[in-house]
Amino acid sequence: MSQTASTAERLTEIVQGNDVVLFMKGTPLFPQCGFSSRAVAILERLGVEYATVDVLQDMEIRQAIKAFSDWPTIPQLYVKGEFVGGSDIMMEMFEAGELEQLVTEAGVARA
Amino acid sequence: MAMAADDIATMIRAALPDAEVTITDLAGDGDHYAAHVVSAAFQGMSRVAQHKAVYAALGGRMGGALHALQLTTAVPISGV
Repeated sequence: MSQTASTAERLTEIVQGNDVVLFMKGTPLFPQCGFSSRAVAILERLGVEYATVDVLQDMEIRQAIKAFSDWPTIPQLYVKGEFVGGSDIMMEMFEAGELEQLVTEAGVARA
Repeated sequence: MAMAADDIATMIRAALPDAEVTITDLAGDGDHYAAHVVSAAFQGMSRVAQHKAVYAALGGRMGGALHALQLTTAVPISGV
């Protein structure tokens, strides 16, 4: 159980320590899943600086991230410590201009 | 492990009786779907909450039996 708690602490540190962070399968250059690939493409189009965490490299994080925001799938986007959504929500928000608004209001650094 | 499109729609409608559910089999392989769900129950809910309501309707299959479900949600245009 302490293992789980410490993983949650690690997740909190990651989302608090990065303005924009994407939990994904693979890396931006080599995404291992279509949904993760789409999420990266959206962030690139948005032109923000972002960090990524490859959940395939860390089984504890891969499991814990689902409970962390009560969200069953990966990728997951966090801005300023807040869960934004998965790739479908990212796409809807991007197309509606809401993602641009979110990162502008959050004062996120541009790439 | 895959789910039939009808099963997905049935489970969503069981939880959201007014929902208009459109399922598209993206790859024709019975494993990659897009679902568009329109329900008055989404009124006033954030996108995250709307998606969570659909995931809840699918009873934990999302991320398991259902790997690839592209999801979009909306409230009816005519309102409630």
